[in-house]
Amino acid sequence: MKRILTSTILMAVLALTACTNPGRFGAGGDGAGANAPLGVAGGIIPGSANDPSSTAYFQQAVGDRVLFPVDQATLTPEGRATLDGQAGWLTNNTDYTAVIEGHADEQGTREYNLALGARRANAAQEYLISKGVPSNRLRVVSYGKERPIEICSNEACYAKNRRAVTVLAGGLSS
Amino acid sequence: MTAFGLKDAFVMKFRFFALCLALFCASFGVAHAQQGPLRIEITEGVIEPLPFAVPSFQPESAEAGQMAANLAQVVAQDLIGTGLFREIPASAFISTVSDFNAPVQYADWKAINAQALVTGAVNVQGNSLSVKFRLYDVFSGAELGSGLQFTGTADGWRRMAHKVADAVYARITGEGPYFDSRVVYVSETGPKDARAKRLAIMDYDGANVQYLTDSSVIVLAPRFSPSGDRVLYTSYESGFPRIYVLDIGSVQRRVLESADGTMSFAPRFSPSGQTVVFSLTQGGNTDIYTMDIASGASTRLTNTPAIETAPSYSPDGGRIVFESDRSGTQQLYVMSASGGEAQRISFGEGRYGTPVWSPRGDLVAFTKQNKGRFHIGVMRLDGSEERLLTASFLDEGPTWAPNGRVIMFARETQGEGGSSTLYSVDISGRNLRPVQTPQGGSDPSWSPLQK
Repeated sequence: MKRILTSTILMAVLALTACTNPGRFGAGGDGAGANAPLGVAGGIIPGSANDPSSTAYFQQAVGDRVLFPVDQATLTPEGRATLDGQAGWLTNNTDYTAVIEGHADEQGTREYNLALGARRANAAQEYLISKGVPSNRLRVVSYGKERPIEICSNEACYAKNRRAVTVLAGGLSS
Repeated sequence: MTAFGLKDAFVMKFRFFALCLALFCASFGVAHAQQGPLRIEITEGVIEPLPFAVPSFQPESAEAGQMAANLAQVVAQDLIGTGLFREIPASAFISTVSDFNAPVQYADWKAINAQALVTGAVNVQGNSLSVKFRLYDVFSGAELGSGLQFTGTADGWRRMAHKVADAVYARITGEGPYFDSRVVYVSETGPKDARAKRLAIMDYDGANVQYLTDSSVIVLAPRFSPSGDRVLYTSYESGFPRIYVLDIGSVQRRVLESADGTMSFAPRFSPSGQTVVFSLTQGGNTDIYTMDIASGASTRLTNTPAIETAPSYSPDGGRIVFESDRSGTQQLYVMSASGGEAQRISFGEGRYGTPVWSPRGDLVAFTKQNKGRFHIGVMRLDGSEERLLTASFLDEGPTWAPNGRVIMFARETQGEGGSSTLYSVDISGRNLRPVQTPQGGSDPSWSPLQK
């Protein structure tokens, strides 16, 4: 595990220079963040995106996904920043467990993409664990190329499909 | 599926013996084809399709009328579908065949250039069906091989037609038969971001589709057992990819147990049908394992940080071809069925995946990605004589016909309205054609020849 982490970080550094990923994962977060008047007394509707302990907040303000370059499972700087936010949120909201879903774009064979999605989900999981999230709260699954969110066949869509999404589930106690 | 099974008997009526089809093909069909002048040599060159005639079969019972016409039609479709034969339409016939046992008027068939003539007769009694046929080499003025009779159920009449066409194909080409076979595949509906998938089984030509699962969860890559009675596939039923083994007759399934926190997928049977080879992912790393189906005991065959997947046994069960990105990109490797050192066999440009060992043992079919295009190709097991058979936006997942001459695969089209369709292609690269299915199709797996 230590070796994988080391190489992950090493490759992430390499990816800094090579990465042309627009990092659009923040789009939802930016919008929700701007709309989240956290300091306004009584303005917080429990469970809504402006309730910092809600899953909606996690998805939109923290950002529930990280994106990857073509055929890579190394975390980008943007990806690590998002995962830092996820780790913080999970540390504060200990009732939640999560399944990290790894995905690939459609360019690739089915089996390989399943394995590639698993690498991506695992990279996100390893990072969250390194930031203090207990491993027993995190599971991983890969969907390969079976569940794209964008369906055009060009890089604009592919970039959003190469992702690891942290999906919150019921709490440990429930 | 109809209740064929053990009752599916057929006898050689016109000569002396009752033999199984395999014996028959070995001892008569091939021998005659090799001696006779009526012969298609399947080579790399362009083949002029061989003209043949299949007059409507003769009904020998009151109920057999429609069946007689249907049988002849399916025989003709099978032969035409190979790309090796061309049907002469009935409107061109000079002779009519009104008696299965009457002498053939060779001159009348020669005059319309029918090099092969298939005649048949059909008897239907309730749900019992018997079909006999004869194949004539018109230009030699002689029968090619001897007449045969197949007996089965009227419900299963298409199989009788496939058996007749198989015998004709095998006698003329010298190749093994393959029409009396089935394909299990993933039936697909809906757009790319909400694709519903379910397992389906059909005849090789797309007829008689039946569904084996519903579409409530993702199912992937079904694979036939060597005896054709079971299917391995991957399902997200548990929320995680797991391998299931499904009995086709009873449609009962059971999961092959795997440890929590792992994913297992890409299964295939060993030639014995006792062992499954598959990929298991743990901690983000994917390796190849085998499992004894009865005991559940598993053995790890590869142990690298690379992605190792898509394993496929050699027909003798001694070796496994698989893909690995240990070199940095997906390439094909061969190792012993017990693991150990693997030898890389693909060295061309691009990436190679989903290798499948041919049932004849001579070739491996694969998916190749190069310069943004996908190809289905074949190469020898030492990596030589690579030949790309197709090119498109996305072709993948080849499977072999039982005779090792034809490959089926899936082609996904580009863009928002893209869908997946099954295609077949000859290993020469000729005769690329879609396989008709009610909905979209992917991940085909061709059965062995039915018994």
